[in-house]
Amino acid sequence: MTTIAFKNKLVALLCGITVLNLSLLARANEIKETAGDAGGKTQIEIKDFNFNPQTLTVKSGQKITWINRDEEPHTVVSVEKQFKKSPPLDTDQEFTITAGAPGTYTYFCSVHPKMTGTIVVQKS
Amino acid sequence: MSDYITHDHEHDGIDRRGFLQCMAWAGTGLLWTVSGGVLASKTLAQIAKAAEPLPATDLSFLQISDSHIGFSKEANKDVTATFKIALDRINALPTPPSFLIHTGDITQLSKPEEFDIFDEVLKSCRTKDVFYVPGEHDVLSDNGKLYRDRYLKNVEGKGSGWYSFNKNGVHFIGLVNVLNLEAGGLGQLGDEQLEWLEADVKDLGTSTPIVVFAHIPLWAVYPQWGWGTSDSERALGYLKRFGSVTVLNGHIHQVLQKVEGNVTFHSAMSTAFPQPAPGTAPSPGPMKVPAEKLRSVLGLTTVQYRQGNNALAIVDSNLS
Repeated sequence: MTTIAFKNKLVALLCGITVLNLSLLARANEIKETAGDAGGKTQIEIKDFNFNPQTLTVKSGQKITWINRDEEPHTVVSVEKQFKKSPPLDTDQEFTITAGAPGTYTYFCSVHPKMTGTIVVQKS
Repeated sequence: MSDYITHDHEHDGIDRRGFLQCMAWAGTGLLWTVSGGVLASKTLAQIAKAAEPLPATDLSFLQISDSHIGFSKEANKDVTATFKIALDRINALPTPPSFLIHTGDITQLSKPEEFDIFDEVLKSCRTKDVFYVPGEHDVLSDNGKLYRDRYLKNVEGKGSGWYSFNKNGVHFIGLVNVLNLEAGGLGQLGDEQLEWLEADVKDLGTSTPIVVFAHIPLWAVYPQWGWGTSDSERALGYLKRFGSVTVLNGHIHQVLQKVEGNVTFHSAMSTAFPQPAPGTAPSPGPMKVPAEKLRSVLGLTTVQYRQGNNALAIVDSNLS
């Protein structure tokens, strides 16, 4: 959790600069993805209309939980309908699935389709 | 100003596009009128005092948007109360609007009890005719079935709920751009609705004033935040031959306006909470303002049509 809190502060700081910050934000996303992979986290935080980490790598059979930290409802929907879609998640509500067969699963928020994420499932 | 004049439709020496290029991004909380190129500021309270009934040939209607009944976070802990204030303002108008248009996000979470509260509070409004289009918050759980069951009783809803109707020679088109959205994309109308739209306006004369209303903007306000509709260009292509097209939307909880040729795009304030100007915050989530300022950033929009005028007059009024 410390890592996630730090990252959010970083993102907020970068956005505070506002001018020409797009390349910096892209870099922050790379950091997030790396942290997700290395730490093997199975929680995805929804914050500021983003899935954090944007790419999560898990072992088959592991549970994955999304938690919505925004004041806006979000959903988790598999692009290829490979896993059950979540109900609308209000603030602090969670949604959990169990990672199935190895592969790459993309998903998005059907309310705010700009929000996309990826789950990479490896053999357990 | 003369550097900015490119279209002088009303031959009054004032060009709307040039003025709005300067004004559009300063719009939040401002009260102003656009009527055939003449801009003026006024509030609903001033309109009420002026008590000037409209000539019989004119049409006046009112847009409300983004009530978000059920929302109770810091940005506004009582959205039902601010919605009631908006209705009180409508009831106080000397000339009641012919009807209301609600441009979506009636509720926060599409819950039946939230729709119930909205319907109950709306009963206090003296204007009884209301035309709706859904916001993404109204179709969260069931692809919009509950919304359609409740809010399309007075119209011939097609597909996922789009429709058109005529009032006083003006052709109104309610579009749905919040359903069947694709990963990574924006708001979307879809082929079926676009084909319907093409057929719907095919036989109309080019002098027919057109009013289009939808929840998500039909222009690229800020695609990074999803504030746009991916296939809106095709829709506007079917409308470009008309002399007066007014496109009303909600969704972004602030006044923004753009004029492109004969098309005026206008987004309304919410009655619930403001959202940040494009790109000025990490996300487009609810914006917190000091309690005493809240009503100055909530509001509604009146629209008046006067025969012979090229553009419809649009007045944004806050709830202060």
